[in-house]
Amino acid sequence: MVQTDLIKDPHVLTGKLHWGVIPFHDPVVAPVMAAAVLGGLLLVAFITYKKLWGYLWSEWFTSVDHKKIGIMYCIVALVMLVRGFSDAIMMRTHQALSTSDSFGEGFLPPEHYDQIFTAHGVIMIFFVATPLMIGIMNVIMPLQIGARDVAFPFLNSLSFYLFLVGALLVNISLFVGEFAAVGWLAYTPLSGIEYSPGVGVDYWIWALQISGIGTTLTAVNFVATILKMRAPGMTMMKMPVFTWTTFCANIIALVIFPILTVAIAQLTLDRYLDFNFFTNDDGGNQMMWVNLIWAWGHPEVYFLVLPAFGMISEVTATFSRKRLFGYVSLIWATIAITILSFLVWLHHFFTMGSGASVNAFFGIMTMIIGIPTGVKLYNWIFTMYKGRVELTASMWWVIAMLITFTVGGMTGVMLSIPANDFMLHNSMFVPAHFHNVIIGGAVYGYFAGFTYWFPKATGVKLNETLGKWSVALWFFGYFFAWVPLYITGFDGMTRRLQYIDNPEWQAYMYIAIIGVALIAAGIGTQVFNIAWSLYNRNNPKYKDETGDPWDAHTLEWYTTSPPQFYNFGDVPYINDRDPLLEMKQKGIAYKRPEKYERIHMPKNTWAGPVLGLLTLPMGFGFVWHIWWMVIAAVVAIFACWVKLNFERDKDYYVEVPEVEAIEGKFLKSNEGRSYYFEKNAKYYKKWKPSDQNDSTVVAK
Amino acid sequence: MSSSETGPGGQAHGSVKEYVTGLILSIILTVIPFYLVMSGAGSDTFTVIAIVVAAIAQVLVQMVFFLHMNGSSEQTWLTVSAVYTVFILLFVIVGSLWIFEHLNHNMLMGH
Repeated sequence: MVQTDLIKDPHVLTGKLHWGVIPFHDPVVAPVMAAAVLGGLLLVAFITYKKLWGYLWSEWFTSVDHKKIGIMYCIVALVMLVRGFSDAIMMRTHQALSTSDSFGEGFLPPEHYDQIFTAHGVIMIFFVATPLMIGIMNVIMPLQIGARDVAFPFLNSLSFYLFLVGALLVNISLFVGEFAAVGWLAYTPLSGIEYSPGVGVDYWIWALQISGIGTTLTAVNFVATILKMRAPGMTMMKMPVFTWTTFCANIIALVIFPILTVAIAQLTLDRYLDFNFFTNDDGGNQMMWVNLIWAWGHPEVYFLVLPAFGMISEVTATFSRKRLFGYVSLIWATIAITILSFLVWLHHFFTMGSGASVNAFFGIMTMIIGIPTGVKLYNWIFTMYKGRVELTASMWWVIAMLITFTVGGMTGVMLSIPANDFMLHNSMFVPAHFHNVIIGGAVYGYFAGFTYWFPKATGVKLNETLGKWSVALWFFGYFFAWVPLYITGFDGMTRRLQYIDNPEWQAYMYIAIIGVALIAAGIGTQVFNIAWSLYNRNNPKYKDETGDPWDAHTLEWYTTSPPQFYNFGDVPYINDRDPLLEMKQKGIAYKRPEKYERIHMPKNTWAGPVLGLLTLPMGFGFVWHIWWMVIAAVVAIFACWVKLNFERDKDYYVEVPEVEAIEGKFLKSNEGRSYYFEKNAKYYKKWKPSDQNDSTVVAK
Repeated sequence: MSSSETGPGGQAHGSVKEYVTGLILSIILTVIPFYLVMSGAGSDTFTVIAIVVAAIAQVLVQMVFFLHMNGSSEQTWLTVSAVYTVFILLFVIVGSLWIFEHLNHNMLMGH
């Protein structure tokens, strides 16, 4: 990538920008740039030709409907997954080539390789895992609790656009200037202005700062939604497990993202205004950055994985045709993690110089947090035990998760022993471990949930065969890619090597490439599966007519697929943890209520996209020191915000006749379907309502 | 379809008197540490302790007078979340102080 020529005195109009920062001559980046520009132009031309701008603006971009915002999150996440995975392919091929005599030193110069592993980490955590999870939460959580939307619909839209601006800044950095070359958490003092004078770290700062604020707002929104907007009768201990894990995850986010925001703001002051929070000199303390970033970073991984646990729970219970085993223990395990996750952060820097007592404390806490996680594994296994397990594609993801995540958990316990960590620190063992838990725990969980809820969000079921193929390819791909790296890690291979001088590791690098190819095929199968299933959306095999294609337990399945904009014509009173199962047992599902009431709904607003996207010129201006652009963007944001606050026309009512017409159609399509699927009836009939019966008892 | 206005509902929003009391107390609790630092009136240890005490007191003042928190039963969630926040703050702040005492000792920081 371009070695940015440093401009000491930014120009008034263009700041540090000049033509030299665009990598026209880079053999790797230039073709990608050409393809991206061409693809972008084609997409714009296509939308213009089909006259879709008006539709997209009024139905999607300005929408405050939680389901549509959730779908937009998922689309951006999948696009970024391809970007982040391309970085992974480049790293693995580069390392394989740089160990071999015949190929020499690989194909990436050090500063480009460093940017790639930084971008890979940042993208996969912030712009793939987080939005995929928030997207699924957005679509499903309000439906599970019987809400009409989230508590603050406009805020939800704004959060999405703040996140989108972060993703855009990372992608712009590929073509204009450079990205950070300092690792995904930008350790100081390397990321300080003295050692990273280019704009790369500034891109990192503004991408994370803007999207991080979006995540904080999302957390506020979801916590308020769950506390205030549950269906009548749904007490906390009757909430579905996915809603519980969403609740706990967002409490974690609410507490930790401010730490990230403040730490990044301090780094910003260091870099822009010569402050000395994290510098070597003048009283700065670079270790405080490491401390703060992990005080955010460790709870962050629980923020990512808890909702995945919730998804696994819902899928397992549904496809085992049982109630979840040990609901109460699972909830308390989740709450325990919500608290304990704040007591382990030092295990990321055992080797930084703490004494025995500090290391021992955090080592033991790390082992203890494994216990509630282990409890959950047993919850899922015992849910399947003596159940009628139906091996659908989402259930395949669950089983892949149970196996892979357990392996990752065990290597995590190995790393939690400080004496071990001194050996393994900074070796390939560490990336192998955290990919093991993040892919095996969080990502497989998201894919299980994604497959399970896809028909709810779109009205179309995914192809089962293709789905199972992608599980198999991911599953074996993961082990092929990372077991060799566990081994080289034990052997002493350190992380982030641009050049490998030990020829003995060459074979392992080649095996890892096989794994990457398998995962690539898995991702390809998933993308094709989505496209193929949507293409066949009117085929009865794919179309979900009933709103409940899996014969499931929870409230989100008690409406059309995709749900109406108001979600439920009539929100039922909740007596049970599995309200839909209870209604099916009593034979009262899909009956017309005595009367409908008019429904209070929020109106779409221009403010989300406009206010959110205005932070893009703000961030870009900050990165390149184009101060007029920053000032103009901030003034515009403030003006829009004032205008928004004077708007009064923000909500409306859906009147009864309209509700009756829509709901009548839905009930008609479900006539005679108040009970379970024929094949599941004899299993479901055994389960008494949860308030009368301990759900942990195994059916005879 | 008609249009309507929804006002904020829920908790009490306090009186002018409450806000003014909170504001005056906050100003006092801000002025004290500023005065101590700028005049150098007390010893260093005393100044640090005074700043910490004034800061915690100001957090409490803001919670009571601006966020209208009290121990009543309809505020269970406020109480739970306040207790949770205090615990997390203790974990992070005390933990960091403990870690940095070690680092400063072992790694000759701030020599």
